[in-house]
Amino acid sequence: MTPDPFTLSHWYAIGRIEDFPNGYKGEHRILSTDIAVSHHGELNVTGPEGSMGVQTRYGHVWTTLSRDPRPLYNMPEFEEEGRRLVTAGAIAVRCSGLRAVENFLDMAHFPFVHTGILGVEEHAEVEKYDVSMEAAGDEIWATKCRFFQPMAAAAAEGGQVIEYRYRVAHPYSTILYKTCPIRDGHWDLIGLFIQPTEEDECIVHSFVLVFDEHNTDTDLLHFQQNIFLQDRMVLENQVPNKLPIDPRWEMPTRADASSIAYRRWLKSHGVTWSTTRFEKVA
Amino acid sequence: MKLYDYVLSGNCYKIRLLLGFLDLDYEKRPVDFFPGREHKSDAFLKINPLGQIPVLEDGEIRIRDAQAILIYLASRYDKSGQWFPGQSPSQIAEVAQWLAFSDMITGTASAARLHDMLGYNLDIDAARAGAHRLLRVMEDHLAHQEFDGHDWLAGRRPTIADISCFPYVALAEDGGIDLFCYPAILRWIRRFTALDGFHSMPGINVSP
Repeated sequence: MTPDPFTLSHWYAIGRIEDFPNGYKGEHRILSTDIAVSHHGELNVTGPEGSMGVQTRYGHVWTTLSRDPRPLYNMPEFEEEGRRLVTAGAIAVRCSGLRAVENFLDMAHFPFVHTGILGVEEHAEVEKYDVSMEAAGDEIWATKCRFFQPMAAAAAEGGQVIEYRYRVAHPYSTILYKTCPIRDGHWDLIGLFIQPTEEDECIVHSFVLVFDEHNTDTDLLHFQQNIFLQDRMVLENQVPNKLPIDPRWEMPTRADASSIAYRRWLKSHGVTWSTTRFEKVA
Repeated sequence: MKLYDYVLSGNCYKIRLLLGFLDLDYEKRPVDFFPGREHKSDAFLKINPLGQIPVLEDGEIRIRDAQAILIYLASRYDKSGQWFPGQSPSQIAEVAQWLAFSDMITGTASAARLHDMLGYNLDIDAARAGAHRLLRVMEDHLAHQEFDGHDWLAGRRPTIADISCFPYVALAEDGGIDLFCYPAILRWIRRFTALDGFHSMPGINVSP
């Protein structure tokens, strides 16, 4: 299936900047398309129709199949002094990249998948939170999300109620803003940049951008990879492994408000690639 | 005691498991195995010239190789003698045989996992086929053990043979290796996850 225009119009991360040193040459894949990446003084990405756009941002190398791509969304936090960026590398998952975004937005799974870290079964309830569409930025924001977490971050000591905000400004990327446990009034960022390789396969590049004075980068990396690999096991077992965007498919509850908004947002943009329609399965 | 550890490594998980079963305190020294390849850095090659994890330091002693570390910990700290039974030569040999077998599982099932999960470039079909050959051997053995009333790889009680084989067998599905056709192995995994002091790692499905 040819990707729909909205899916095609975006920039996609294909790896960390340091994964493409000078002299690098390798084959990669996005949106069911083979691309070649080389670095000889400058980075070049070539697809079936020749040279493709390339940029480095947020610790990663990005490319696009579009001749007229939408600009990559802005994250001003990357300019803030004192933050540390840890990139967790490319982890392949046999599921739709859209599924990976949706799972990331879902707080209800914390006590059961990330037991003892991001949730405990005694505190499984998801309190009401707000979801808004920012028409100007064409973004989804879920705010006032509150959840009890026994070990919310590598820098956290003991359980606390953590406030979250989620942002979706790209169909294959999502950012979590989380109360910084050691600096009042600031948010720590955790995000996914997903490289959709096939409709039902993706590579997840993730990062943390935090204020943290006592963990090493490797401590932060282990914390992040541990969480993500717990998710990977769930993602690979979801049925169907593409994202259902027909409302007849599943029975959402209030806790799924951000997921519903995400599916509607994709639908309003005519996204079909990597999704499942009710008719095809029924 | 200090363990050079990587959170997603099945070989490091073997050591974390035994330290948990023996209820021993230790310090973790996290290694950036992926994506940083710290285990191949000059600094780490001074710790283990093979560039592999885990490595355990206990006082003046430094040991590499997961199986060697299991033997060391069980021999030194397990007063009950359960985990590495040293009385019968044939049982010692049996445990040693499964320790060696577990390294073959690392070479196949773990390789498939590194390919599927972290993009390692290797012959995935050969890795999966090799894993299935080993799993069939293990399945037959466990089924025979069950006929004899034994729940474990080398005897009536769990030993370091079970610990060394557990991680990469239980993580096989991460590498696209389906375990549904190995019922005795699935029963053994369930028994293992029910042991006192067991703790999980991501990728291991602990069914109630």
